[in-house]
Amino acid sequence: MWKWLHPYAKAETTYKLCYRLLPYFSWLAVITLVSGSIWGLFYAPSDYQQGDSFRIIYFHVPTAIWSMGAYTSMAICGLIGIVWQIRNAELAVYAIAPVGAAFTFLALISGAIWGKPMWGAWWVWDARLTSELILLFLYLGVIALYNSFEDKRTAARASSILAIVGVINVPIIHYSVEWWNTLHQGASITKLDKPSISPDMLWPLLLNISGFLFVLAALVCLRLANQILINDARRPWVKAMVSEKTNKAEQSKNKATLADKE
Amino acid sequence: MNPRRKKRLFIIAASISFLGAATGLMLYGLSQNIDLFYTPSEILQGKDLGNGKIGAKPQIGQRLRIGGMVVEGSVVRSEHNLDVSFRLTDTGPEVTVKYTGILPDLFREGQGIVAQGILISADTIEATEVLAKHDEEYMPPELAEKMKGIKHVKPEY
Repeated sequence: MWKWLHPYAKAETTYKLCYRLLPYFSWLAVITLVSGSIWGLFYAPSDYQQGDSFRIIYFHVPTAIWSMGAYTSMAICGLIGIVWQIRNAELAVYAIAPVGAAFTFLALISGAIWGKPMWGAWWVWDARLTSELILLFLYLGVIALYNSFEDKRTAARASSILAIVGVINVPIIHYSVEWWNTLHQGASITKLDKPSISPDMLWPLLLNISGFLFVLAALVCLRLANQILINDARRPWVKAMVSEKTNKAEQSKNKATLADKE
Repeated sequence: MNPRRKKRLFIIAASISFLGAATGLMLYGLSQNIDLFYTPSEILQGKDLGNGKIGAKPQIGQRLRIGGMVVEGSVVRSEHNLDVSFRLTDTGPEVTVKYTGILPDLFREGQGIVAQGILISADTIEATEVLAKHDEEYMPPELAEKMKGIKHVKPEY
């Protein structure tokens, strides 16, 4: 049943897959983000309570959602890496961590910028904000742990364990606004009920949410490919690929010099 | 799955559920302290913890936050300075908040507010900070007027 997955345990196959997917993700990201942002920032109606200030939602919500999404996928990669001992999954943990940390940071910053005019405060120690801050620290912990070992195998295992353990924080972030009294609002779209945001504001938001997902995917593809390359730098397939590329470059150079001489 | 993988998976599943349970119990134990604010009925009657139990009421002189809706027509402003007082409610009981300073943009009658300050009598709070809370609903002004019958304009006091 899982046979189709097996080739991707091999570094070379995953490396090539990353570069095959990268252009699709990048172009989809550009298309959805540009259309979603223009629609959201210029054409969506202003809100009845918050006026035009609500438009930062098109930036804040996607980054916040994918800060949690990236963490969950990082933890799944960690689990696969630990249980099935697949090297690529371990590399994926470290490939995702900095991107996820950046998303968390952007979510916190955009939230603060939204909070000042609306609530009247940059920061409040309520459950949602605090748990999201803990998420940032978890990401930084994973990055720091990975870099603190000389042996990258041990590093990957240690940071995978931290990633798996920290996943407990993700449902806490999501349900914090329901379990406790918070200044942060409750969920507008990520709930089973129908979204409490009017459709002409919701569509650009969904576009931007998918746009940020493609940004995340593209960055992770790029980073994962680089991690694989660094890890396998002395392997025959990398050497073969590099010599093939240098051969091609030299050939075209030779052609150019020949053309010059003529 | 070979036995070594099964063992590793079991160890991880066991430690995650153990940690999850520990975190759950910890958060449950702290649940009252994680709440950002008291509601007016919690200040006057104590927090209803379910199955007939009632939590401790805050004491006079305690620093706390209160969250509730601004009662319509309760906002009184001083003519000489920035003093303002208003009443907050949730399901019935009302608590008076006194504050000196500039209120946030979203402050309106009927709006959710979180105020931080000191409880000076059973139902009065001297606030040092007033924050506005908004709900999760987003809609254009025309729709809000049609659906909820509320016209949100910046009030002039």
